[in-house]
Amino acid sequence: MKSALKRAGYKQVHKQMNDVHLQFISKVAFFIILLFAFNLFFAGHYTPGGGFVGGLLTSAAIVLLLIAFDVKTLKKMLPIRFRLLIASGLFLALGVPTGLMFFGYPFFTHEFTEITLPILGEIGLHSATPFDLGVFLTVCGSTLLIIILVGGADD
Amino acid sequence: MNLFLNIVFIIAIVGMAIAMGIASYRIIRGPTLHDKIVALDAFGVMLMATIGIFSVLLDTSYLIVVIMLIGMLGAVGTIAMAKFLEKGWVIDIDRDSDE
Repeated sequence: MKSALKRAGYKQVHKQMNDVHLQFISKVAFFIILLFAFNLFFAGHYTPGGGFVGGLLTSAAIVLLLIAFDVKTLKKMLPIRFRLLIASGLFLALGVPTGLMFFGYPFFTHEFTEITLPILGEIGLHSATPFDLGVFLTVCGSTLLIIILVGGADD
Repeated sequence: MNLFLNIVFIIAIVGMAIAMGIASYRIIRGPTLHDKIVALDAFGVMLMATIGIFSVLLDTSYLIVVIMLIGMLGAVGTIAMAKFLEKGWVIDIDRDSDE
């Protein structure tokens, strides 16, 4: 149909949008999956979940957008480089135990502190949380990098 | 939990197992690939139901996470296979290019 129109002399042929259901549902379900992934990540200390499952589910949400749209749109939506995501995740996962080593603890001794945030007030922060955030970023970045490279786009 | 509810849940698990067996027959011996994909999607939904019944039987609430995870990943997998069957590829580089 399109090539016939182009042979007839039309320069620009607008592509017919015929996957409206998929794009609308993926736009709605993206936020629900992302919310559930963040819930899994933050509840990982007391209930099942953690950085690995949260990262995998976040990358599943982004893959849903990638299936419904294309790589160019995803690069416009998320202007991050996934190699940098892997590197920052590994830096967090290695930098937190190394930073705690300077306070006199042995390597990988996690500590519990209470910090004061401007809006939330005083909350407890265990230093395993930045380590888990590093696992989250590494898993999410490597999964998305694998899928985009296998899909044929260059990063 | 009393005996009556146990019997009811065990009967329900046996029924779900029979349904999953029939669905797995359709997964193995489906004439076309579309039949296999629809049967696999239904198999995932039945697996969610079975895990729900098991979480009641085991008296735990930690399996709800697994149910939601299977639902989301099954939906993404079915959408990917449907796009592969329609277009021939799963991820396209540029949607609006003319080729």
